[in-house]
Amino acid sequence: MQNILGIIRAIGSRAIETVSRFGAMVRFFGLVLIHSGMSFRRISLTVREIYFSGVMSLVIIIVSGMFVGMVLSLQGYETLQKYGAQEQMGVLTALSLVRELGPVVAALLFASRAGSAITAGIGLMKATEQLKAMDMMAVDPIARVVAPRFWAGVLSMPLLAALFSFSGILGGYLVAVLLTGIDAGVFWGNMQAAVDVRYDILNGVIKSVIFGIAISIIATFEGFDAEPTAEGVSAATTRTVVTAALSVLALDLMLTAFMLRVAH
Amino acid sequence: MPDTNSLTPLVEIDKVDFAYGKRAILKGISLSVPQGKVVAIMGGSGCGKTTLLRLIGGQLIASSGAVRVGGQDVGKLDRDGLYEMRRKMGMLFQFGALFTDMSVFENIAFQLREHTDLPEEMIRDLVLMKLNAVGLRGTSKLFPSELSGGMARRVALARAVALDPMLIMYDEPFAGLDPISLSVVGQTIRKLNDALGGTSILVTHDVVESLQIVDYLYFISDGRIVGQGTPDEIRASTEPYVKQFVHSEMDGPVPFHYPAARYEDELGLSAASSPKS
Repeated sequence: MQNILGIIRAIGSRAIETVSRFGAMVRFFGLVLIHSGMSFRRISLTVREIYFSGVMSLVIIIVSGMFVGMVLSLQGYETLQKYGAQEQMGVLTALSLVRELGPVVAALLFASRAGSAITAGIGLMKATEQLKAMDMMAVDPIARVVAPRFWAGVLSMPLLAALFSFSGILGGYLVAVLLTGIDAGVFWGNMQAAVDVRYDILNGVIKSVIFGIAISIIATFEGFDAEPTAEGVSAATTRTVVTAALSVLALDLMLTAFMLRVAH
Repeated sequence: MPDTNSLTPLVEIDKVDFAYGKRAILKGISLSVPQGKVVAIMGGSGCGKTTLLRLIGGQLIASSGAVRVGGQDVGKLDRDGLYEMRRKMGMLFQFGALFTDMSVFENIAFQLREHTDLPEEMIRDLVLMKLNAVGLRGTSKLFPSELSGGMARRVALARAVALDPMLIMYDEPFAGLDPISLSVVGQTIRKLNDALGGTSILVTHDVVESLQIVDYLYFISDGRIVGQGTPDEIRASTEPYVKQFVHSEMDGPVPFHYPAARYEDELGLSAASSPKS
């Protein structure tokens, strides 16, 4: 009996903690938005963060995109050729990437590459009292440190997702045309005919913008909220990757359900 | 009343209480820091010295009583008012808190860039002047990770006075420094205060160095002021806590032993010899 009560109590306290953390994050999101003026007035601050988050993620995004596109093509060929539909391989690759894999996989990679770095960076600044020092110098750390990183993430995410899809399609092309011998004209022509700007590309972009907002706010919040110790920062970094990955997948499910409904 | 206190006070702390949750840190403390002076607040680790600095800087708000800086009640200022006040304050953090992603030059230029529209050449000259004052003009291109502890502390010192503040607060400026760096930092604090015509508050437990450079000292123990005076008065003090602190005696009002059960009881010796004790 005692045991069961203990378990119920533990579940309850976990639930309360989760809800209150979520509340704190929403408030933090509001604060970041209110203090975003400087990120745009002094655009060089944001550009610098775009370099650290976005540009430094380019290699992992492009290489992974290439691999994913190649695998898609290989798997697609395997199945499509059974029905003699291998000329649809361009369509399969492009739609899978633009609608789903581009935004989602790029977001997962971005969360682990840039999200973790943002959390660790801000957490370390907190642990070494740099944020407090800034606040004592009458410079708001949310405006000066957090908001530029947030907006850099939001702006980078759709561009990275687009690059992921682009290099994926290129990888798919290499396998389809050079390896399995599908005609290049058929590959590109069918793709052009099937991919719709509004339903496919625009929806993909909307997804990646929303993922960018989610990852950036989680990463900056976890860093800002981290225990100011070495263990605290490492725990916060782990939380960023886990929470951001789960949020991306959950949001993807919701967004996809909503978008398919809108499309029909 | 000591004569330093008859000067106009820049900082006044009036019957201030402060607690972290239920743990009372400051219990009805009153003290004042006159304009133009260097004042030390001393006491053992965890006695509430740093809390006092945070209250003056408005990072914490007193549970009761008032903290006034230049006549303004810090606890009643809104965010803009607080930031306005902090622009006139400089603070040296315990471990420097230099921005690790910026060079020494950029660290010192930080506030000039954030709060002024000065042209680049003027910022450059000002930064080099501040660095020269702490003897580290040659390090302007280095990053904080390339500096020794003492050098980092001096760079942080230069950063704290970048905007020529009216009040400079030092949180443990001597902690973890070798004897040479320690005396350099001490002398620099005095020199900067006099050159800028500012007022300085030092929070420290380094009694030897402080007695050489400050004008007035306060001793805090258990959230209360237990002694105060000019360096000469402090050296001659017979107040038990001050005496123990200044002469670094092992036992006194601050006991050597952390509260515990009786030693004999814990070793199981007293029970055998005399069951009553």
